[in-house]
Amino acid sequence: MTAAESSPMRVWRWLREHAVGIVGILVIVYLLVPIAVIFVFSFNDPAGRYNFTWVGFTLEHWKNVFGIPELNEALWTSIKLAVLATVISTVFGTMMAIALVRHQFFGRRAANFLIVIPMATPEIVMGASLLSFFLILGTPALGFTTLLIAHIMFCISFVVIVVRSRLIGFDRRLEEAAKDLGATPFQTFRLVTLPLIMPGIFAGAMLAFALSIDDFVISNFNSGTTVTFPLYIFGAFQRGVPVEVNCIAMILFGITVAAMVFTTWQQRRAERLAEVRPDQEGAAMPTPPGPPVQAAA
Amino acid sequence: MAALKRRGIPYALLLPGTAWLIVFFLIPLYFMGRLSLNVNLGTYYPFDWHWQNYSDALSLYDTQFVRSFIYSGLATLICLLLAYPLAYTIAFKAGRWRHALLLAVIAPFFVTYLIRTISWVTILSDESPVVDVLHAIGLAPDHRVLATAPAVISGLVYNYLPFMVLPIYASLERLDMRLVEAAKDLYSNAATAFFKVTLPLSAPGVVAGTLLTFIPATGDYVNAAFLGGTDNQMIGNVIQSLYLKQSDYPAAAALSFVLMAIILIIVLIYIRFAGSEALMGEEAAKA
Repeated sequence: MTAAESSPMRVWRWLREHAVGIVGILVIVYLLVPIAVIFVFSFNDPAGRYNFTWVGFTLEHWKNVFGIPELNEALWTSIKLAVLATVISTVFGTMMAIALVRHQFFGRRAANFLIVIPMATPEIVMGASLLSFFLILGTPALGFTTLLIAHIMFCISFVVIVVRSRLIGFDRRLEEAAKDLGATPFQTFRLVTLPLIMPGIFAGAMLAFALSIDDFVISNFNSGTTVTFPLYIFGAFQRGVPVEVNCIAMILFGITVAAMVFTTWQQRRAERLAEVRPDQEGAAMPTPPGPPVQAAA
Repeated sequence: MAALKRRGIPYALLLPGTAWLIVFFLIPLYFMGRLSLNVNLGTYYPFDWHWQNYSDALSLYDTQFVRSFIYSGLATLICLLLAYPLAYTIAFKAGRWRHALLLAVIAPFFVTYLIRTISWVTILSDESPVVDVLHAIGLAPDHRVLATAPAVISGLVYNYLPFMVLPIYASLERLDMRLVEAAKDLYSNAATAFFKVTLPLSAPGVVAGTLLTFIPATGDYVNAAFLGGTDNQMIGNVIQSLYLKQSDYPAAAALSFVLMAIILIIVLIYIRFAGSEALMGEEAAKA
């Protein structure tokens, strides 16, 4: 009855019991390996123009991150484009979400359908049809304007979906309370509704920004001679992508992960506070249906 | 008067977004349809109900069409096989690591799509240790993976995998574990409980995930451009090249339309067969 005798059996049993988890972890590793490769190769000192094989370690490219003028310009174009597209699509999308959740009206199904189909259309078809449109009209000239039009177009649907999910879970009694206390509809909206759906709007805006800054296909069709960050990389692929691109990708990655971690942390903190507050003030809030209040814990 | 004003509110709220989608999404589709019926006279393209564009485009590029659907179909299947265990792990086994694992699933989205794909060019390049291993176990007899079909398919799998994981995770997370326990109480073994209870109840996630993977993967041209060779070009590459390099707009528009139509038909058939069951699963979950 030594451990050595039963250990292969035990290992086998352990593997069988945890098979799903092991596959899951392997898939996570698979998802993260390319990111690690990008990080490692941002320190590479490639022999020629192509950064595909490991040659040696250098910090040169990190020191020179913003040393390539065309790359900086492309990055700046992408950021401007993403900010504008995010602001406009978030405003339009939020308005649509409010209309769809809060109002019953003729044509609601058609509006819902119009929001879903762009998400079910392959990007290449959207890019190609928009290019056909601009080509036949002859105006506006392909460039920043057409890129902005396209980016707003494909961001709207995603904003609507995200904001709508937040509105559906909204406790409307809070608005009634504000009205009972004499608030005008506009005051109610500005002081009660808007702050409460703000996390949804913020999440929608983040998604729009991410979609816009990463878009390649639709931009490829409608950019004219304007170059965004993804378009720069595509153009540089044949003649060799500079290592600085890896550095910038890692900087963007770090910022996004930090923002994600921060918002998740904030949201959980806000949820905890919201759970505690009624108790502290001794107010007799009606218990919402569903899970029991956890404030006591 | 006030009632009329109230009734106008939803329309006023909808107007800017809806107008944007109609003008810059629906109307361009109509323009593309028109363009696909123009005659290509080299420098200008008059409208002429030129249906021949469709038959010409299809007979010239049928291989790329078939290839696109095979690649994206295989990629969707592999994504499903990889995503399900991962979603299951996150939903039921991760415990306090759940948020961290979800972050890891969406982490690739934080790196530009093109750089992610170029990272695979690095990983699969001829001198890479990965290719050495594949060669050693006989999977890469020519010591070459780039510019082959598996390279393109694996690129598609990698880039669209999160789209498969997230919906499956969402439907598993809502699953009432008491139903699985009930199955076990009724003497079903783990496999039967999975196939008769867990899997049907997660069907909405599987349907959503396969659609979110299959539709963009079919039109993708980045993976084939970076990871494939001349024998691995997909229909997206053809459309991109006809539009942006050869200026053969009528043929490109016809191809785009056919692509959209075929995808639509496949999706409708799929929803009819898989979707009705998925909806039943939703009903069962509510009951």
